[in-house]
Amino acid sequence: MEHIRTTKVEQVKLLDRFSTSNKSLTGTLYLTATHLLFIDSSQRETWILHHHIAAVEKLPLTTSGCPLVIQCKNFRIVHFVVPRERDCHDIYNSLLQLSRTAKYEELYAFSYNPKQNESEQVKGWQLIDLAEEYKRMGVPNANWQLSDANRDYKICETYPRELYVPRTASKPIIVGSSKFRSKGRFPVLSYYHKNKEAAICRCSQPLSGFSARCLEDEHMLQAISKANPSNRYMYVMDTRPKLNAMANRAAGKGYENEDNYSNIRFQFVGIENIHVMRSSLQKLLEVSGTKGLSVNDFLSGLENSGWLRHIKAVLDAAVFLVKAIAVESASVLVHCSDGWDRTSQVCSLGALLLDSYYRTIKGFMVLIEKDWISFGHKFSDRCSQLDGDPKEISPVFTQFLESVWNLTEQFPQAFEYNEAFLLQIHEHVHSCQFGNFLGNCQKEREELKLKEKTYSLWPFLLEEQKKYRNPLYNPDFSPELTLLEPNTVSFNFKFWRNMYHQFDRSMHPRQSVFNLIMNLSEQNKQLEEDIKELEAKIKQRNAQPDAVLVKEHQQPTHPAPVALKTPPCFKKEQPLIAVNDAVRTIEGSNTADNRYSEFVSEFSKAEPAVVSLEYGVARMTC
Amino acid sequence: MEFAELIKTPRADNVVLHRPFYLAVEGTLCLTGHHLIFSSRRHDNAEELWLLHSNIDSIEKRFVGSLGTIVIKCKDLRIIQLDIPGMEECLNIASSIEALSTLDSVTLMYPFFYRPMFEIVEDGWRSFLPDQEFELLSSVTDEWRLSCINKDFSVCPSYPPVVIVPKSIDDEALWKVAMFRHGSRFPVLSYYHKKNGMVMMRSSQPLTGTNGRRCKEDEKLINATLRPGKRGYIIDTRSLNVAQQARAKGGGFEQEAHYPQWRRIHKCIERFNILQESLIKLVEACNDQSHNMDRWLSKLEASNWLTHIKEILTAACLAAQCIDREGASVLVHGTEGTDSTLQVTSLAQIILDPRCRTIRGFESLVVREWLQAGHPFQQRCAQSAYSNSKQKWEAPVFLLFLDCVWQILRQFPCSFEFNERFLIMLFEHAYASQFGTFLGNNENERSKLKLPQKTMSLWSWVNRSEELIKFQNPLFEANSLVIWPSVAPQSLQLWEGVFLRWNRPSKFQDEAQEEMINIIKYNKQLQAKVNALRRQIAEMGTDDRM
Repeated sequence: MEHIRTTKVEQVKLLDRFSTSNKSLTGTLYLTATHLLFIDSSQRETWILHHHIAAVEKLPLTTSGCPLVIQCKNFRIVHFVVPRERDCHDIYNSLLQLSRTAKYEELYAFSYNPKQNESEQVKGWQLIDLAEEYKRMGVPNANWQLSDANRDYKICETYPRELYVPRTASKPIIVGSSKFRSKGRFPVLSYYHKNKEAAICRCSQPLSGFSARCLEDEHMLQAISKANPSNRYMYVMDTRPKLNAMANRAAGKGYENEDNYSNIRFQFVGIENIHVMRSSLQKLLEVSGTKGLSVNDFLSGLENSGWLRHIKAVLDAAVFLVKAIAVESASVLVHCSDGWDRTSQVCSLGALLLDSYYRTIKGFMVLIEKDWISFGHKFSDRCSQLDGDPKEISPVFTQFLESVWNLTEQFPQAFEYNEAFLLQIHEHVHSCQFGNFLGNCQKEREELKLKEKTYSLWPFLLEEQKKYRNPLYNPDFSPELTLLEPNTVSFNFKFWRNMYHQFDRSMHPRQSVFNLIMNLSEQNKQLEEDIKELEAKIKQRNAQPDAVLVKEHQQPTHPAPVALKTPPCFKKEQPLIAVNDAVRTIEGSNTADNRYSEFVSEFSKAEPAVVSLEYGVARMTC
Repeated sequence: MEFAELIKTPRADNVVLHRPFYLAVEGTLCLTGHHLIFSSRRHDNAEELWLLHSNIDSIEKRFVGSLGTIVIKCKDLRIIQLDIPGMEECLNIASSIEALSTLDSVTLMYPFFYRPMFEIVEDGWRSFLPDQEFELLSSVTDEWRLSCINKDFSVCPSYPPVVIVPKSIDDEALWKVAMFRHGSRFPVLSYYHKKNGMVMMRSSQPLTGTNGRRCKEDEKLINATLRPGKRGYIIDTRSLNVAQQARAKGGGFEQEAHYPQWRRIHKCIERFNILQESLIKLVEACNDQSHNMDRWLSKLEASNWLTHIKEILTAACLAAQCIDREGASVLVHGTEGTDSTLQVTSLAQIILDPRCRTIRGFESLVVREWLQAGHPFQQRCAQSAYSNSKQKWEAPVFLLFLDCVWQILRQFPCSFEFNERFLIMLFEHAYASQFGTFLGNNENERSKLKLPQKTMSLWSWVNRSEELIKFQNPLFEANSLVIWPSVAPQSLQLWEGVFLRWNRPSKFQDEAQEEMINIIKYNKQLQAKVNALRRQIAEMGTDDRM
């Protein structure tokens, strides 16, 4: 609290980000220990978590006040105008302090209290059990076993304690191999394909330099290929561009020399590094945030940002991996430099394409726990949970979610979850409200005692899974869908408007087919139950007509009113877009939002009364 | 002329048909006067492909040894390939197709030969008559009248015989106004906004010329649509520059001095070959699967297609905004008033008028604002994206309009009674059809060709329940509101149903669509059942009491 000097400022204006007519809402700004809150004159609330703030900027003073622009990690951008400069300065300074946390213990997750008792908290953390997951895949088995080599994080600090390796990989081989791999991240099992007996393994780059070799590492790879009885060849996928991998050789790192390893096929797949991805997203956001953007500026900006090219590269790599397993039954070893960014993307997407379990709500949680959290994707650094090196920030996980979104668009019936689920996970990866994504690796999480001091996100998402269900999902729809073979022709990749303009409601379709269908299918379940109930009632009544007579007298007896009583439209009772419903409808109802013409402002001046809610799309939110 | 003269080889066996995403099929190819027919001879899965010659946009042939290959590119953007054994057969067939797909006489077109195999419930030629439209109008206002001044097309060749004009303007004045407007297209009523009595009119440019000619009757006519003390807006679909240059050729725009109650807004919408090139480039980009991401995006950008969409939608929204929000009347025109003008007036009506979002209402809109209003379909739709001829008058004006409707439909998916298939169907029929609806360039030509007597109307076919069901949007829930679409580039999308239709399999999308319809149908069944049960219980209650 010591950072907060001003807790409340009145007469603050919230500007519309895209409006050329400087349309604004006036209201009061509150600063709490965890949130920035804006309540406008019609009592609508905008909550911004301090941890979500990526950047705060104070613009030069204007006649109407001091502008304050806040950019959030969930791509919300708010533009306030604070009447007095001193208030603005205070808030600016407070936000700077509050959004930059120095210690994990100061993060929201450590103070967040969802009113769960201890046993619920423990149960919540037990919801996802990775040992169970490996069992589901079919390991341990004759060829793969659980290794206790890293039980005390002695071999690799950034790996989990429990690792699965080929049975023939002895401890000396593991130790030797880990010494030959960057950060000790030696090859381990990520996914096992029961039917093909093939495995996805992951590791970091070898410390091969220009000519170094390591017999244990070579044995390790051989052990992996031997653990696959269906194909003795295995693929080694280096997910980096060849040039980057070659440059690493000068630093004593590098890639596998095909001559030194028996039975491997080596392949580069060319996904760019975290720095390229960071600046790519930066460029994308600059373009999409431009006021009065023309179509051509948008498309050329999209092209120049390279963002969709990167998404395609990630998905292409996953497709390559899946082909090796599904078509050739070959095991694949995936790595990049450290094996926690691109490797996580490719392994998890590969598994998602191969195994329909990961396309269920629970399965997707497991996938994230396994390939991202347990294998040490550096969430803390990549999402800058603490005030740290800005060069470590990168939207690697966001790209993973976007790749999944692209798949859900191509295969509308293959996923149990919907876009809102992906967006919600993205929200919480950055919110630091739950313990799951805190820290950079499992060891760190244990040291922070997250399981005692914070809560797990997953039980909360499961509890409200109704919101995240895809109404069109069909688990046994067709056998071909077990394996997804996405089409990665360029025109299939689209700008993810609902992610990058999630909060810019004026850009969204005014009616959502998805929400309508979701509600109809919910309603169908309800109706099915109603029918059962009514049929039971009729049956009961036929059996003993007198008993229910009194009761039924209270019911209207005319059929017509009864019919009317059945909700003809479920959506009237339950707003279809639960979040931000109000905000959206009002924005959508105004022609000024849509920037048809620069004459808008002039119109408004001439006839200030024209903008009235009566017209709008106010009630058109279905 | 006998078609037989053009068909040297009417039939070829062992022809192999290639289509993207389908296995190649072997079969027999037949040529008739109007169709190319391919039938596979496999017993298990007999398949026939019928292609109208008039749907063929271009044809290429090449030879490897004695095996000839013909690549046929259609106006609906489909591309098929036929491998024909025998050089002579192949050459004959190619030249026949070339000749048959480029017949220059309208009366040789298929609609004149087509005999419908369905029962005609309603004659589409009589479904949307101006009198009915006027009847609707006169129930809400008496300020307008039907004028038959053009009954023999002598005043304006591109207008229909009857038009709606202000009551206070007599035919003599109209005649004078016609002299003052390009192609005699004097201002006529396009749309009456019931909510506030504001109107949208359309015309062609005034012939002011370099010396600023004026016409009192013209001023009087358009002023007659204004309420006392109110201003109106003239939306000129050309840039100010182009409008100024038009003066040198005798055209021009309304001078403020002579039209003091009107404000002119220039909203530039491209026309003619710029649009045609845009279409050609877009289709080229969509047809190349090998493009990497950068190349795809830069090709999409270079086509400018979505820029045109944005321009047209923006102008239409502006017109709608003037009428609905500013309570002002609007006059829309460009140069001839037969292309961009109609895009704007028809789209503005879709935004403003819920009736235009129903199937019948939309058909009526197409008839009123495109066919009767004299959009030269025959010229504009003579060729599509694969044409090599650089004719000045070919342009995808109507396709752009349909694309804009699709964009609004995507943003308001529950507000339209029709679905995407309906729009695609109209696109196909505008370019090649068994029906006479889109033949000719205006009502004058249609009446000379005696189309209503000699051909079948598209509407006769569409408006039967068997067909309608395919075009209905299951999500439709009528709403009486004005719908304001977003025109931000992030909100506009490539119309995949047209431009990527033949370039990728849509199985999963189609199945998802089906599932969606099933959920809606199931919901209706359940609702009905619940109601029936409740009624049953209620009746039991009353029985008991009695």
